[in-house]
Amino acid sequence: MLAKRIIPCLDVKDGRVVKGINFVELRDAGDPVEQATIYDTQGADEICFLDISASPEGKSTIIDIVKRTADCVFVPLTVGGGVRTVDDCRKLLEAGADRVAINTAAIRRPELITEAAKRFGTQAIVVAIDAKKNPDGRYEIYSHGGRTPEGLDGLEWCKRMADMGAGELLLTSMDRDGTRKGYELELTRLIADAVPIPVIASGGVGVLDHMVEGLTTGGANAVLAASIFHYGEHTIGDAKAHLRGAAVAIREPWNPS
Amino acid sequence: MATVVIDSGSGNLRSVHRALEAAGCVPEFTSDPDAVRKADRIVVPGQGAFGDCVGNLDKHGLSEAIIESAKAGTPYFGICLGLHILFESSDESSDKGLGLLEGDVQRFSPEVGKVPHMGWNSVTWDYSEGRDPILEGIPQETYFYFTHSYHVEPLDARVIALRCHYGHDFVAAIRHENLFACQFHPEKSQGAGLTLLANFLKA
Repeated sequence: MLAKRIIPCLDVKDGRVVKGINFVELRDAGDPVEQATIYDTQGADEICFLDISASPEGKSTIIDIVKRTADCVFVPLTVGGGVRTVDDCRKLLEAGADRVAINTAAIRRPELITEAAKRFGTQAIVVAIDAKKNPDGRYEIYSHGGRTPEGLDGLEWCKRMADMGAGELLLTSMDRDGTRKGYELELTRLIADAVPIPVIASGGVGVLDHMVEGLTTGGANAVLAASIFHYGEHTIGDAKAHLRGAAVAIREPWNPS
Repeated sequence: MATVVIDSGSGNLRSVHRALEAAGCVPEFTSDPDAVRKADRIVVPGQGAFGDCVGNLDKHGLSEAIIESAKAGTPYFGICLGLHILFESSDESSDKGLGLLEGDVQRFSPEVGKVPHMGWNSVTWDYSEGRDPILEGIPQETYFYFTHSYHVEPLDARVIALRCHYGHDFVAAIRHENLFACQFHPEKSQGAGLTLLANFLKA
C-alpha cells in the first residue's frame, strides 16, 4: 500500500540551518547536510530544504548543500526558495535534488510550470502555495514568503497549477504556520479533493496527532513539519509510531533479514 | 569491470552515480555507443518524458548499442524510463521504444487515485517462480520509492519480477534473461535500493 509520507523541512539561509535540531550529538548544529543525514537515519520519507537566502552568494551555496546531501542521503530531496527559471530547476536537479518547489515565480509566470514539467517531468515539479483565509471564507494566495497578497483565489489557483503540469502541491496555511495549532484541515481537504495530484500539508503542526488529522481529515498525501522535529521534541520514528497506532499507512523502516 | 551509466540527457544522474558508488562500484557516464558495446554492465536511469529519452538515445546512436548489448547478454539495469524504453510503445509519446520486450507503457487512469503515484510503496513477488538472485536480502513487502504517471504492461506475464499495488496491481520490476528493470528508484530507496544495486553488481 502506498505509504503516507513524513517530510521534515529545513530552512536554510546562506548555507546555514536557521531553525535547527538541538541534538547533543551534532557537531555543527547549523550544517544542513548533517541535519538531513540525521533525518534520513531516523526514517524520513523525503527531505525538504527551503532556501531563504536573499543574496546571490546564498543561492550558489544551496547548490553545494544539495550536492553534499545527495552524496550521503538516499531518500528523495525537494528544494525550494527563489527558484525562478527552468535553468534554476536544472541546476538544482543536476546537483542531486529530485524535485524543485516553485512559488512566486509560478505566480509571475504560470507557463514556467508547464515548461519545467515538460523538460524534467511533472514528478520533478512541486508548486508551493501559501494561502490565507479571507473574511469571506475564501482563500487568498500570497507570494514572497507569505508577505504579498496576490488577489488569486486559492482553489482556482491550485487547480490551475495542476492543469499546467505541477506534479504535487506543497500547501501552506499562512493562518496556521508557526502557531502549532495543527494544519488548516478545511483548506487541506478543499484542495486535496479538488486536484488530481498529491498534496503535502504544511503549516501549524504542534503535536503528533496533527499529522494524523492532516493525513486523514485533511486528506493530504504527505505532511511537512519543521519545528516539531527540530527541537528534538519528537523524532521521525516517534511520528511514525504514532501514525501506525492511528492506522495510517506508513513506510516501515528498512530492516534487512 | 566497466559499469556504464547511460546519459540520455534527462534527470538526476548524480544520485544514481552516488548510489552505485555506495553499492560498490565506480561507474562511468557515457553517451558513446562504443562504450556501451564494450561495457560489462549497463545502467539506464531516466526521468522526464519517454519521447525525449528515446529521441536522445537515437540521436547518439545509443538505441542500437543498447539493443546489441542486451542481445549479447550484457547485464542491464533500467530505472523508471530505463524500464519503459524496453517495451514497444507508450501512451506518453508516438515515439517507438526499443522493443526488447513485448508490451506497452500505459498511463494510470484517474480512478486509481492521485497521479503521479508518488511515494513509498511495498512490492511483492511470486515465490513459485523461484527467487531471482538480484532480490537476495529483499524481504516481501519491502518499500521502494516511486514517482511516475505511467506503468508497463508486458504481454508475457513471465517477465514480471515484482508487483506493486496502486488502485490495481501493476508491474514494479521485470526480469528477462540479462535484463532487469524497475519502476521505482533504487537510488532513492535507502538501504533497500542500495541492496538491489549491490546484488546487480555482484551478478
